[in-house]
Amino acid sequence: MTEEAIFAGFGGQGILSMGMILAYAGMIENKEVCWMPSYGPEMRGGTANATTIVSDTLISSPIISNYDTVVALNQPSVDKFEEKIKPNGTIIYDASNILRPPTRKDINIYGVAGSEIAIKLKNIRVLNMIILGSFIAARKTVKPESVYEALKKVLPERYHHLLPVNQKAFEEGMALI
Amino acid sequence: MGEIRLMKGNEALAEALIRVGCDGYFGYPITPQSEVIEYLSKEATNRTGMVVLQAESEVSSINMLYGAAGTGRRVVTTSSSPGISLMQEGISYIAGAELPCLVVNVMRGGPGLGTIQPSQSDYFQATKGGGHGDYHLIVLTPYNVQEMVDFVKLGFELSEKYRVPAMVLADGAMGQMMEKVELFDQIPRRTEFPEWATTGKPHDKERRIVTSLFIEPEVMEQVNLRLQAKYRQIEAEETRFQTMNLEDAEYVFTGFGLGSRIAMKAMELAREKGYKVGLIRPQTVYPFPYAIYRETAPKIKGILDIEMNSGQMVEDVRLAVGDKTRVEFYGRMGGMIADPESVLKHFEKVYLGVE
Repeated sequence: MTEEAIFAGFGGQGILSMGMILAYAGMIENKEVCWMPSYGPEMRGGTANATTIVSDTLISSPIISNYDTVVALNQPSVDKFEEKIKPNGTIIYDASNILRPPTRKDINIYGVAGSEIAIKLKNIRVLNMIILGSFIAARKTVKPESVYEALKKVLPERYHHLLPVNQKAFEEGMALI
Repeated sequence: MGEIRLMKGNEALAEALIRVGCDGYFGYPITPQSEVIEYLSKEATNRTGMVVLQAESEVSSINMLYGAAGTGRRVVTTSSSPGISLMQEGISYIAGAELPCLVVNVMRGGPGLGTIQPSQSDYFQATKGGGHGDYHLIVLTPYNVQEMVDFVKLGFELSEKYRVPAMVLADGAMGQMMEKVELFDQIPRRTEFPEWATTGKPHDKERRIVTSLFIEPEVMEQVNLRLQAKYRQIEAEETRFQTMNLEDAEYVFTGFGLGSRIAMKAMELAREKGYKVGLIRPQTVYPFPYAIYRETAPKIKGILDIEMNSGQMVEDVRLAVGDKTRVEFYGRMGGMIADPESVLKHFEKVYLGVE
């Protein structure tokens, strides 16, 4: 099994962390992983993305042309990456943020109400964990338990009091699929 | 088995520098490798007592490296393309003085101040000179985060064996991406130093002199002959490369570092379509593995070389194969990265006539 995914959205939405958590979770399951972020000015407010590959076998290129799964948290990301999804691939997007949803007929499309759940949880910053929950529910790339383990690694210790709300967000996200 | 971690290339490299028992780091921050000095500043001194010093410029860093290398210590500097250009005079002096040390270039797009995005356009500079005089660096090109670690150790070992400065030639993508990496155990810092090292002159010993200045041409020629003899030995004994799927290959994709990863993915895509494509990936670009290309050339219909530049390593590939096979090139420049699908399309167009 190889999952070639890209997480894309505005800088500050936790895009890079989503990919990193997935990569950590893959490593916890002894899989091969590669996380390749966009870096530079886009990290400071523009469109950011992180290619994340999880595989049972050796990963060749961190640069890929087409994706199994695209996770898009803003309109420019849907517009840019929809055409780069492999046939029968998947797009997961935050329905609350996207005015022009994807239209391709040969892919699986999940518009999830991530921002609404985040508002319900009174913490818009957990949007990325909600969407990651939806991603795992749809793709089953790694086990949820591995994601919870990974969270502890990615979140600095001084933020560990936020682990429960992040895990709750992840579970809510899974329920959206 | 060593400790397994998920690390950014730059951080893995920095961790390897600590674990290899480095005595000193001298550098100046520059994107896309500033994580190296950041990581070392946080970790190194507490753990091993290693000196981590931010110099006022790259010119200063390389000359600090020159001085410290003269004392027989394991020392390193890291930078990115424009910074490495500033260091060329010092690198030539270090090569002339026959001092071991490690220089890391995490390449970005140029020329000039260029861009902070990844590039491989310093191949000529790294392998064919850069500074003045007849010298070479031993140049290692990591293609994943694991080799960012392994080549730190190998780089020091080779550099110290031959008293030739070594370079790790990586790129911005290699520095920024995270992969699983196995770390080697901590090597203690050295307490004994080579017989040539300038460690302070006791009354009863001869002075040791480290210099690259030899005014008498007869002497300078002898120094050059000694250097050239070392380079021939390095070329004979230290060439490293990896091959994949050469057994039944009709075509070979090649590249170094990030380029070889893209070549590998393009090879997988080509194989899915039934094209018999193999891969040659140099791990050392000086010494360059001419022989494997020369041996493979008569058995195949062509080579496609993929680089993030206008075609630099491809000159060595052409030198290796002569007219024994056709050599084509595909590259992107200025921080743009070739994607595997475009590589495959280019292959189909130039070799198979598919539009």
